[in-house]
Amino acid sequence: MIALPAPKAEILARREEIVTALTALVPGDGVIAEGIRLKPYETDGLAAYRQMPLAVVLPSSTEQVAEVLRYCNEQGIRVVPRGAGTSLSGGALPLADAIVIGLMRLNAIHEINYADRYAVVGAGVTNIGITKAVEADGFFYAPDPSSQLACMIGGNVMMNSGGAHCLKYGVTANNLLGVKFVTIEGEVLDIGGTYLDAAGYDWLGLITGSEGQLGIVTEVTVRILRSPEGARAMLAAFNSIEIAGAAVDAIIGSGIIPVALEFMDKPCIHACEAFAHAGYPLDAEAMLIIEVEGSIAEQDALLARIKDICARFDPISLKVAETAEQSLAIWKGRKGAFGAVGRISPDYLCMDGTIPTSELPRVLRRIGEMSEQYALKVANVFHAGDGNLHPLIMFDANDAESFRRAEAFGADILKLCVEVGGCLTGEHGVGVEKRDLMTVQFLPHELTQQRAIKSAFDPAWLLNPAKVFPLQGALAPAIAAE
Amino acid sequence: MSAPIAPADEAGIIDLVLAASAAREPIAIEGQGSKRGLLRPVQAARGLSTRALTGITLYRPAELIISARAGTPLAEIEAVVAEKGQHLIAEPPYLGSVFGTSAPPSIGGVVAANMSGPRRITWGATRDHVMGLRFVNGAGEVIRAGGRVLKNVTGLDLCKLLSGSYGTLGVITEVTLKVLPAPETSATLFIETPDLTSAVAALSAGLGSPFGVSAAAALSRNDHVVAALRLEDFAASVTYRMEKLRGVLDGYGAQRVVEDGESRAFWRSVREVEPLQLGAHEALWRVSVRPSAGPGIAAMAGMIGGRSMLDWGGGLIWFAAAPSPANHTTITEAVRAQGGTAMLFRAPDSLRLSVPVLPEANDALYRIEKRVKDALDPLGLFNPGHLRA
Repeated sequence: MIALPAPKAEILARREEIVTALTALVPGDGVIAEGIRLKPYETDGLAAYRQMPLAVVLPSSTEQVAEVLRYCNEQGIRVVPRGAGTSLSGGALPLADAIVIGLMRLNAIHEINYADRYAVVGAGVTNIGITKAVEADGFFYAPDPSSQLACMIGGNVMMNSGGAHCLKYGVTANNLLGVKFVTIEGEVLDIGGTYLDAAGYDWLGLITGSEGQLGIVTEVTVRILRSPEGARAMLAAFNSIEIAGAAVDAIIGSGIIPVALEFMDKPCIHACEAFAHAGYPLDAEAMLIIEVEGSIAEQDALLARIKDICARFDPISLKVAETAEQSLAIWKGRKGAFGAVGRISPDYLCMDGTIPTSELPRVLRRIGEMSEQYALKVANVFHAGDGNLHPLIMFDANDAESFRRAEAFGADILKLCVEVGGCLTGEHGVGVEKRDLMTVQFLPHELTQQRAIKSAFDPAWLLNPAKVFPLQGALAPAIAAE
Repeated sequence: MSAPIAPADEAGIIDLVLAASAAREPIAIEGQGSKRGLLRPVQAARGLSTRALTGITLYRPAELIISARAGTPLAEIEAVVAEKGQHLIAEPPYLGSVFGTSAPPSIGGVVAANMSGPRRITWGATRDHVMGLRFVNGAGEVIRAGGRVLKNVTGLDLCKLLSGSYGTLGVITEVTLKVLPAPETSATLFIETPDLTSAVAALSAGLGSPFGVSAAAALSRNDHVVAALRLEDFAASVTYRMEKLRGVLDGYGAQRVVEDGESRAFWRSVREVEPLQLGAHEALWRVSVRPSAGPGIAAMAGMIGGRSMLDWGGGLIWFAAAPSPANHTTITEAVRAQGGTAMLFRAPDSLRLSVPVLPEANDALYRIEKRVKDALDPLGLFNPGHLRA
């Protein structure tokens, strides 16, 4: 288990007074303090970690967020920002002496501008909600994390979320124009706007992916794109992981940029097939899902090229969707991969390291060996175009020993990712989950440098405490003191 | 300032930073010096150049990744990736004609200034493709940001902070960029429109179509405005989409299509701001607004005796006029009123020193800016006064 700092007794003792003050700032039903109603906020997508917060505040405007932060800053109260609570790294995990600021009530769509191709939305609008608002007019918002039905754009900004289609369209950072950003001092800053590339330092880029360490985003201006004429998928299955990896290299080497290029290993294929009956080949060691875009003729041409390339690698199955329905069927298993694994195992941990794609065979072989060593099953699903791995480690949360082994297994995988030239997290964030592994990727002085930048925004370290940075180390005053 | 010292390795850069730190003397940081005319002139006792820090350190075409030391000429990197059928996604400009220099831009300078060309509108800016970098901070420490993989959210994104920081936060010593397959061919549709407003409307219609327009510019001629839209892809796709795009834009004006070589040459000239035919004594401003506000800003050029050209769908305005503080005020205030960003891009030293070359931050952001600068360069050694007086 990852250690959380001891709560400050003087803050806990002032709970009633704090709740009263917050209720004055966010009147009506904007403050939650009763145990039973706080319960849903005790955890997020990393459900193995739970902690009841001091209170939850649900502001309805940027001004209220600013007032709450100003109050917390004056009183030295820690703050945990929360969107939909879908973080897989414990990014929204509360602390006992912290208040949670939930942004779900900032769910208005303020402006949609097709001529200039942007939308201005509240931080609490869901990722899919943006696309839903513009799809009737033929537009979409590109980043598509698997949790897109639930996750909120404010959380996407804080985690710099990716998705299956970022090989072509980029991640959240590449699809933003501006944010309304509230500092811990309660100042409201307009960072960026409705235009590209603000002159001066790239605050928008620094804030994106900062995991709530620098401030709170209440409003987001995103780029919206015109949807392609159509999209279609194909499936290619191979006898070995190495061969499938070589096929991926050959596809990209041919000059094609598929919109998605997903990779599944045998255990994952089996889990997904049992769940979705997508027609996946059960004898394959590795399978690719490749999606292309354009007119029907363009799709045909690209899929034919990719089929020719795959044919050179002795595939055991090649299936090109003839219709949109067949495409959906191919995707159905992949999109349900996490649920499918959840069906065959009581619990799983979803890892998120990225590796250079050339290291894929070696890394998957090592993960297989670790699986035997830890006596825990693992299924691998992987954004093959960009090297972002999602090993799903299966365990039983009711068995403390099983959870301990699963965490150790996960940590070993992430260390391996760094060792081969990759990183700890491609899209889920560091959160609390990977906090103590930061020293694997960064040297002490590099972490000190990052902490100094955090301090420039949040001198007293009140924002999203005990996340991202290891508790021990220079320049972590508020936390290391305990 | 004496001629900048150009160490051949990172250790040499560290030594220079530590020496400057010990002497409490600021350093002017540059790459090849090709953008010396940008922002406020730096006055510093010492000079440091990354020009001798050259060489590609890693190129993995199948992983879409290239790493190079900061002083490596942009042209060298372009040539190496072209051999494998790839390209730099944001098509960064050289700007030799703008700044009147034959110094070849270095890749470190391109990143430090976050310079992007016409493809930026669809495929992102240079900073969007910086996957990793190494820099030396004001304490003489090497800091690694990002890495060499395409997806990475580990820790604060210092790649973004350093990209576009113009050497004021650290000395970038190595960068890792994402590259992509270069398109098989390119074609450009020119539409003769009556005025800028209709030209930008045509660009918006093109960019809002499903046909993958990868660049969109508007150039004023004597009595009309040419809207230009580029398609890049496999030849069959370009042919098909051009037909479709022409249909979508039917009604905006007379159409003409140019193919491959001519199309590439045209966008190279747009990238280098050549259609503006900048006069030797003119100042140049770079403005970014939402595209539909572009024509209004550009119209001011006529009022103050200047000229403009539009890229990025109409949202990027290159604005040429006499280098006067009054013109600077007129332009920057008009842009602020529209909710955009303006930068004095080229001007004589006297003007660059007398007006704010970048938009002024409000107090709260300015405090953060100072604290972030202190976090990276506590003694204020790097490029003092380059961004603000």
